[in-house]
Order: sequence, then C-alpha cells, then structure tokens
Amino acid sequence: MADNVLVEQRPQVTEPNGGTGKRVRSPGAPPPGVPWLFMAPYLLLFGGFVLLPIVYGLWISLHDYDYTLPGHPWVGLANYTALFSSDSTVFSDFWNSMKATGIFTLGSVPLLLVVPLAVALVMNQRFKGRNVFRALFFAPYVLGVAVVAVLWRFLLDANIGLVNQVAGAVGLPDKTAWLTSTPSAWVALIGVTVWWTLGFNAVIYLAGLQEIPEELYEAARVDGASAWQRFRHVTLPGLKPVVSFVTMITIISSANVFGQPYLMTRGAPGTETRTAIYYFTDQGLRNYQMGNAAAMSYVLTLVLILASLLVTWAFRERRG
Amino acid sequence: MNDSQHFPLSRRHFIALGGSAAAAATLAACGGGKSASDAAGAGSKPKSTFSGAYSGPAVTLSYWNGFTGGDGPFMKKMVADFMKENPKITVSGNTVEWAQYYQRMPAAVTAGKGPDVGVMHMDQLATNAARRIILPLDDLAKSLGLAEDDFTPEVWKAGIYKDARYGIPLDVHSLAMYWNTDQAKAAGVSDAPTDGQAFMAELDKLKSSVKQPFWMPTRWPAHLMFYSLLWQFGGELYAKDGSKALYDSDQGVQALQWMVDIVKKGYSPKNVAQDSQYVGFKNKKLAVTWDGIWQINDLKATKLPFGIAPIPKIGNQEAVWANSHNFYISKQAEKDDNKLNAAKTFIDWMSKHSGDWAGAGMIPARKTVRESAAVTNSTQAPIAKKIESMHFLPPIPGVADISGQTIEIAVADAVLGKQSPKDALAASAKKATAQMEANKKKFGA
Repeated sequence: MADNVLVEQRPQVTEPNGGTGKRVRSPGAPPPGVPWLFMAPYLLLFGGFVLLPIVYGLWISLHDYDYTLPGHPWVGLANYTALFSSDSTVFSDFWNSMKATGIFTLGSVPLLLVVPLAVALVMNQRFKGRNVFRALFFAPYVLGVAVVAVLWRFLLDANIGLVNQVAGAVGLPDKTAWLTSTPSAWVALIGVTVWWTLGFNAVIYLAGLQEIPEELYEAARVDGASAWQRFRHVTLPGLKPVVSFVTMITIISSANVFGQPYLMTRGAPGTETRTAIYYFTDQGLRNYQMGNAAAMSYVLTLVLILASLLVTWAFRERRG
Repeated sequence: MNDSQHFPLSRRHFIALGGSAAAAATLAACGGGKSASDAAGAGSKPKSTFSGAYSGPAVTLSYWNGFTGGDGPFMKKMVADFMKENPKITVSGNTVEWAQYYQRMPAAVTAGKGPDVGVMHMDQLATNAARRIILPLDDLAKSLGLAEDDFTPEVWKAGIYKDARYGIPLDVHSLAMYWNTDQAKAAGVSDAPTDGQAFMAELDKLKSSVKQPFWMPTRWPAHLMFYSLLWQFGGELYAKDGSKALYDSDQGVQALQWMVDIVKKGYSPKNVAQDSQYVGFKNKKLAVTWDGIWQINDLKATKLPFGIAPIPKIGNQEAVWANSHNFYISKQAEKDDNKLNAAKTFIDWMSKHSGDWAGAGMIPARKTVRESAAVTNSTQAPIAKKIESMHFLPPIPGVADISGQTIEIAVADAVLGKQSPKDALAASAKKATAQMEANKKKFGA
C-alpha cells in the first residue's frame, strides 16, 4: 500500500507541470479489493470491539441510560453539560476525580520515564548476575494489580504496617498515614506504581538500547567523547522513537489508573484519591448511571487525545 | 423503633397476617401492578397454588450467592442435603464475592445467564425489585406460612417494596462487640459493659493492658457503627418515602461526635485504614472492637480467646445495625414454570432448615428456628436475644449505593479529623438527598 501511494504521488510532485494528472497503477499492484481481504480479519475485530463500542458509547452518553430499566430517555447533551455546570450533582465529583488522575499522572509519568531508563542503562552493561538483576526488576510486573495493591496496603498501613515499623526503628517518623492522608497517599500510590511497572518500561528501553549500533559509540570514543557526551549525543537520540512510544503509553496507562486507589486507599481521605476511572466505574457499573459515565469517559478521552497530540508534537522530527 | 411501633396496620400487614381468602383476593388484585402478577404466575394460568413439593421433570437451578468466607462450607452442605432429598432438582451453585455480586447479577439476569434463585442482602432487594431483576414472592411467603410474628417487624418490613414481598429472609446478622478475654482478664474486666458509662470505664481499665484498646475504623465497619449510634440516639437515616436523607440531625452529630471523641481521647490511634482495626484485633493490638457476627468463624480459626456481646447502649435506647440474607427468585426463572416451582421448593426447604445455617455464625431469621438448640447453644446466642433492637436500612431503591458514596465518606472524613461531624454530615446529607431525588425520578416512585 505504502509503495503504491508513493508511485501514485511521485509524478505529481516531481513533474508539477508535465504530469497528466491521471492516476497510474503500478504494474505489480494487486487487483482492487485484495488489500481489504487481507485486512478483513483485523478490521472485523477492530470494528466489532473498538469502532462499534465507540459509536454505541456515544449513543449511550446521550441518554439517561440504565440497562436494567426498560426505558432509556433521550437527554441530548445534558450528560455533558452537567459536567460543566457547577450546580449539578456530578460536577464536583467529576472534576475532583479528573484532578486526582492529573496529580497521579504528573507524579508518575516523569518517574516512569527516568527510573526505568536508568535501570535499563545498568541492565545493558556486562556484569556478573546481570540476568538475575533483570529478572528482579521485571518480577513485580508479573503480579496482578490486586496482589500488588493488597500487599502494599498492609505494608503501608499507618498502625499495623511494616513500613512505619521499620521507619520508626531507624528513627524516621513512624506515624505517617500512607493510605488516609494526602500528600502521603499520593507518594504511596505513585511509589507502588513505579515499583510495580518500571520493569516493563525498562525492558522496552533495553530493547531500544540494543538497537543502537555499537559503531556509533566506538566513533564517539575515538573522537574523545566522555560517558556523559556519549549518552547525550548517541544514546538519547538513538532512543528517541522509543522514548516517544514509552511516554505515550505511560501517560495513557497512568491516566487509566484504577486498581491501586480502589484497593489501597478506597479514595481516602474523603474522595481525594478517587481517580477518574474509579469514579466512572462507580457511576456506570455500581450506580448504573451509564449515560453519565459514558459522557465522562468521552471527556477523559478527549483530554487524552490532546495529551497524545502534544507528545507527538514534542517528539516531532525537527528539520533545518 | 418508632416506625415499627407507630406503623399503621397497612394492607400488606393485613395480608401477611391474615392469609384468609379475602386477603388472597386482595393480594391478587393489588400485588403491585404488572410485575407482581407476572411473578405470582397469575397472568393466565392459576399456578400460584404452590404446594411445597416439586413434582415436575428433572430440572437444573442456577443458584448464586456470595458466601466466600467461613460461611461457604455451611451453605454447600445445606445445598447438598437439599439435593439428596430432592433428586429431581439439581442446584448448580455460583459463588461470587458480594462486592462484585451486585454488579454482575443484574447484568447476568438481563442476559439470561444469571441465577434462577439466589441470596442477596436485604438492603439490595428494593433496588433489584425496582429494576425488575427479581420477582415478588408473596404467594411463596404465604404457602410457607411465613408471617410477621415469626420474624421481627423490622426484618419483615424491610423486605417489602411497593406492597410486595421480594425476599424470604434466611438470617439476620448484626454488629456485635468482641473483646480479647486474656487482655480483659489482665486488666480486671470481667463483665461486658451494657451502657456508655460502663463501656468508657472499662476502656480506661483496659488501657493498662493495651495502650489503645478500641480502634476507631475510618472505613468499614465505621458507617455501621454510625448507623447503630444514630438509631441509639433516636435519629433516622432516611425518610421512609425515600425522598430525603435525615442523618445530619442533632442525633447524627451526637453519634458521630462520640466516634470522633474515641480518637480524640486517645482510646484509638488516628488514621485507622480499612481492615486494620480487625487485623489489629486478631493480632492483639487492641482489646475491643465492634464488627459483624460473620467474623465469628474467622476468629475461632485464629484461636484468639474472645468474648462476644451486643454493642452497649451508648445513646438513650438499644439499637444496632443489622442486615439480612434473603432468598430471591430472578425474572429469569419466570419463563419456565418448572424452574419457578423448583426454586420455590428450594427456598421453602432452605428456610425450614435454616437452623443448620447457625453454624455459619449467623442468626436464623425465623423465630421458631431461633428457639432451637442449634441457635441457643451457638456463640452468637447472646446477640440473637437482641433481635428486637436490630435495625435495617429502609427498602428504598439505590439506597446502598447512595450510602457508599455519601455517608461512608462523611464518617471517614470526621473520624480522620478532616471535617467536624456537623459539617461532614451536612454536606453528605445534602448530596444524598439530591441523589435520592434523582433515583426517585428514575425508578418512578
């Protein structure tokens, strides 16, 4: 397909005046319809499980939708306007949950970009026990969120948890309410998430590091570049596509945070750590306010699309 | 409390008590509109004459419950016994943790892949009745000979929504006071306190063996403690007609202030996160705790020496929060007469054998069963005696979800010291009222 496009466009670009303007099919091109045939299996899945739900969700968001009740009254954009009018019942809860997700994302994304990179750089060195080291850092990621969250909930408990016990034993404050006060709860939630998922990002970084040709480092060394200069001018530019990818998926997965606050803090104190997805789930699946929850999800999606565009723009190829 | 005493003898009570031909006719005529007549099967064929024995072809019933803890084995045993006596009915069980149960069950029933018969908490009956997930069971209650005088008025009334009964109570389970008998003995405490003054005096004594003897949770079961205290002080949670939250009253503030003071006066550490009051109790970090009687088997398994008593009277009357496991029949079973009858046979049998259920730590709902040795010799017997003072959430659709989003958070905020009890309750009640109004519109009350 890509080749095809190039062939079609080239005459128009290189011969702006002499071209006939008529589209030319290259001699090796398949008959029409064949590409669609090849894509059909994926398109079916994509259409059935992504496209259709997106459209259906939009339709739900325009109704007062409770699937267990026979009637779904049409409400137009009321579910959306409620999110932006301060006297509605959902306004403060919704924006509070968006804020919680924002805090979590801002706190966790930089750490999840930098710490795994450092780990990957170390993993990339040759030293004894390297495989054990790699496995250790990746191990938490294998655990499910339920295991991780329940484990840390007990470790971080203010009164019966091991963390405060140890902190007290070495002379640090031993009364920190990790799960019931902010900002400690944010430190706990972000810390646990970084511990849990850094292995994943580190593995992607590691793959990226191994793609950078050894010759470039050799050349840099011959030119007398220091370790920092090699990192700054060889490693980082070489990693750029990987960093862009990791940034994107980390932002999206952080914005989707649900299990950690749901299991560790229950949104405490108050609803301060109740994140967006947590609140949407409560609204949609527990209170059956599905129209409401769908509208909220679309607002979050819009924010995420904007964030993705921003990332793409930040990592764009700069020319000239 | 007040409602139960002053509640006029309404139509539904008359029906329940009477059981006469006239009452039966009234029932058929006014059993709550369409859904009621559907459920009783009174639509075209007169099949409401449920005999108590199943005589149709072999049938498989899908049965859902949430007994994942120490109560699970007792339920399994009862189901096995039932199948032995009723070989034509196969009960295929599905146990889902309660936390997920109320999300999955309505979806599964709507899709036709859920339970034909199941158990749910009493405070969920009205919600699921309003959603038409479950069927009215007045005919079954009548043929079982169930009447208000075999239950307490509170538990009886809480299963009625829009003049129709939706659940057959299996048990009641309330909050109770547990204490560590070793620590109590060491501190010279022998009797369980029955009023607020005695309770505080004993906490002071217990401080000699445990620095902070009574941990005040911020989450579960904190709101259950609040409900109990609110009722003890004479307050009310919600208006009976489901129009309004009432707990921001003076009585509510008094109740919550008592909880906050437990922390302020140093009987409890600050920031007691979810589960840690109970885990702490099991690990001897505290001497007294209020928790549900469903913990009895779990505590026995830990070999902790513990005593159990009703929660003391802190306010001016005895009252304690309770809930109840109820059998229901889903609209899924409605399509098949055999399943419907088999489900009724199942519930009938389980209700009559509910004495076996006492082993799970619960209190059988029927008075006749409560007087059996299985209950009077059980650990929870002293709690069972106080059944008259047990209060339930009123049958208002959506009320359990509203409580989770409003009052539970207000109690947590006050106990954490983030807000004064008065402010926390006022903001929370306002929000609950708004949600109740929305629900009223939605469910067409």
